[in-house]
Amino acid sequence: MRKMTAQTILNHSFRIAWKDLTELFRNRLGLVLLIVMPLFMMVMVGFIYPSNGTISDLQVGVVNEDTGFNGTFMPSQGFLIGLNQINNQTHMLIMSNVSSIADLTDQVQRGQLEGGIVIPSNFSQSIMSGQQGTIIIVSDESNPQISATIQGALKGVFGAMSTQLAINNVKPLNATNSLAVVQPYSIQTQGVVSGNPSYFDFIAPGIMAMTVMMSVMTGLPVAISQEKEIGTMDGMMVAPVNRLSILLGKTIAQTARGLIQGVIILALAIGIFGVAIQGSILLVFALLLLGVFSFVGLGIVVTSFTKDQETAQMLMMTLMFPMMFLGGVFFPIQQMPWYMQTIAQFLPLTYASNALRKVMVLGAGVPQIANELIILIAFGVVMIAIALPVFRKMMTR
Amino acid sequence: MDNIIIDVISKMANESIIEVNHLTKTFKKFTAVDDISFDVKKGEIFGLLGPNGAGKSTTLRMLSTLSRPTKGTATIGGYDTVKHDMEVRKLIGIVSEKMIIYNRLTAKENLWFFGSLFNIPKDTLNKRIDDLLELVQLTKWKNAQVGTFSTGMRQRMNVIRALLNMPQVLFLDEPTLGLDPQSSVEIRDFIKKLNQESGTTVIITTHMMVDADLLCDRIAIVDHGKIIALDTSTNLKKIISGADTMIIKLEIANLTPNLIESIKALKCADAVTQENSTRLHIIVHGEEAFDNIIDAVREKNGKITSMENLQPSLEDVFLHITGHEVRDSADQKIPMQHGPKQFGASPRRVR
Repeated sequence: MRKMTAQTILNHSFRIAWKDLTELFRNRLGLVLLIVMPLFMMVMVGFIYPSNGTISDLQVGVVNEDTGFNGTFMPSQGFLIGLNQINNQTHMLIMSNVSSIADLTDQVQRGQLEGGIVIPSNFSQSIMSGQQGTIIIVSDESNPQISATIQGALKGVFGAMSTQLAINNVKPLNATNSLAVVQPYSIQTQGVVSGNPSYFDFIAPGIMAMTVMMSVMTGLPVAISQEKEIGTMDGMMVAPVNRLSILLGKTIAQTARGLIQGVIILALAIGIFGVAIQGSILLVFALLLLGVFSFVGLGIVVTSFTKDQETAQMLMMTLMFPMMFLGGVFFPIQQMPWYMQTIAQFLPLTYASNALRKVMVLGAGVPQIANELIILIAFGVVMIAIALPVFRKMMTR
Repeated sequence: MDNIIIDVISKMANESIIEVNHLTKTFKKFTAVDDISFDVKKGEIFGLLGPNGAGKSTTLRMLSTLSRPTKGTATIGGYDTVKHDMEVRKLIGIVSEKMIIYNRLTAKENLWFFGSLFNIPKDTLNKRIDDLLELVQLTKWKNAQVGTFSTGMRQRMNVIRALLNMPQVLFLDEPTLGLDPQSSVEIRDFIKKLNQESGTTVIITTHMMVDADLLCDRIAIVDHGKIIALDTSTNLKKIISGADTMIIKLEIANLTPNLIESIKALKCADAVTQENSTRLHIIVHGEEAFDNIIDAVREKNGKITSMENLQPSLEDVFLHITGHEVRDSADQKIPMQHGPKQFGASPRRVR
């Protein structure tokens, strides 16, 4: 009795997709938001996220408690002169003199200073008596990001100063290369591809993957529950249309919407933020589609369990947030504690954004991202296998 | 030979197009539809009348394959609504209180979309869309977005949308709810015309007595998920007149709650409702009913200004059978501002 060829199912789903997209394109405000949303995300995340190269002019207090050695303050004065010389080149710090450690602590607490350098009372004495001179770095723990930056910057400066001092000390030994004696190893960094990728190169692929995948996961439940709520769903359900067509049609429309957004992000990334795509653009789109595929099942499951639009939206937000931050879109997964990394390993977004990043930034091809591809396909298949029976049950309540 | 043909024709005339057997729907612990059975003949206008929450819409949803029965079966045109839902869907059209149209699509796009879901050939569909738009005089607005239409125009769209597949059975779920009296009349006339001209069987749910009385060949009165009476409007009213029952409209100048209580206490009074500060509506039985009521009023020093013996309405029938009023019947008290107009009068609001 149920003669429903694959062609009719497809035909109906295209009709439904056409209907949904026509509605979308007639919604002016919605269209504007479609473009503005990814733009905001790029601009905000791209400019706010701190990178070491951009940090300068940190307010730092200097406390000199050195009591000298036999009336000479040579070591601590030399240290301060050296520090000033280096800082004049990098402009990393703005230094001011502070009378005591207590005063320094007070000023950090007030937020007037972001950190401090303390030269202890026995500094000159230690150095002159052949021991190590200790410098204390005071940091503001309430701002871990700045604190880490100051620590890193100052350690770098002190390291360079130590090296310089050591070179001077070994000169009398008449070595051909004093630097090689003091620092036998030199380090050079070289990327896989040429050029100097910025933070945008890191987030652009992630945001693309996220937007496209989320459009299916959030768009599908919202689109379906909205039609259920206003009653138009009954119009489709009462026609001789396979339930699969409704689902497929809605998915096609949402995927198209997501891909449009993806293209907008890509255009913004290339045009405004100077992101270069190293790999194949076709592979980029193939990956985006695969990302959609891996999320369709999840979207259907959520759809089946939500009765009204409000619940659908809330549920989506709840699911979306951890994914956004755990999926390695904005922050590298390697930064996270082990248990969060474990969770990240179960999110398809992690693999999609990883693979996309490899293709876009590193110019990887299919063989290099084979693992991600397999995981995404497997995730999609498993979720759809779970989702379809659930959906069928929901539709005939 | 002739006899056989006549036989076939008469059989067809009496043929049931819908058969409902012990249909039941339970939501968790709540029984919305409780073991109902009825048949609907081909070409009939069949009404399900009852208060909100009586189970009318749930019944309609089960018949139109939108919901699965918990127990029992229903067939439409011989097809089971669960096992052969796709076949059933080809035979039916549905108009519900929630309008099934997309505001951002034009009139024509809406009809084209829903029509294409029925696999109607392109040319046939195009012609049918034009015909239907002409029928409800919306041709002029066919390329305007439906969101700009007035409520009456949208309801007309909603009705012709359900007719795209030329259904044998048309389900109407509270089709006049939320419409102004004029649009209600238009919709009623249209349904009647459709039924007479194309022989479409119509199932209508309503809590409006007027709709049921004016439209339906037979009415099933539904309360708490059960059919408590099923007959023609005339026969239903005979329940009252035939059962030695009368409806009295009683005007008392100095009506008090105390007085109403003493009338309610009378053995002959089946139902007493207060209509305004001076008027009572009383259903009574027995030969001495009039005398008894007058005595009761006199005893409390009530001044009777008028007393009238009314023709029973469906409302009275409902009251008589269930002992309570049709709830939410306030909508029908909206005063008629204009006289009834022809269906398809020019739209009043197009933005």
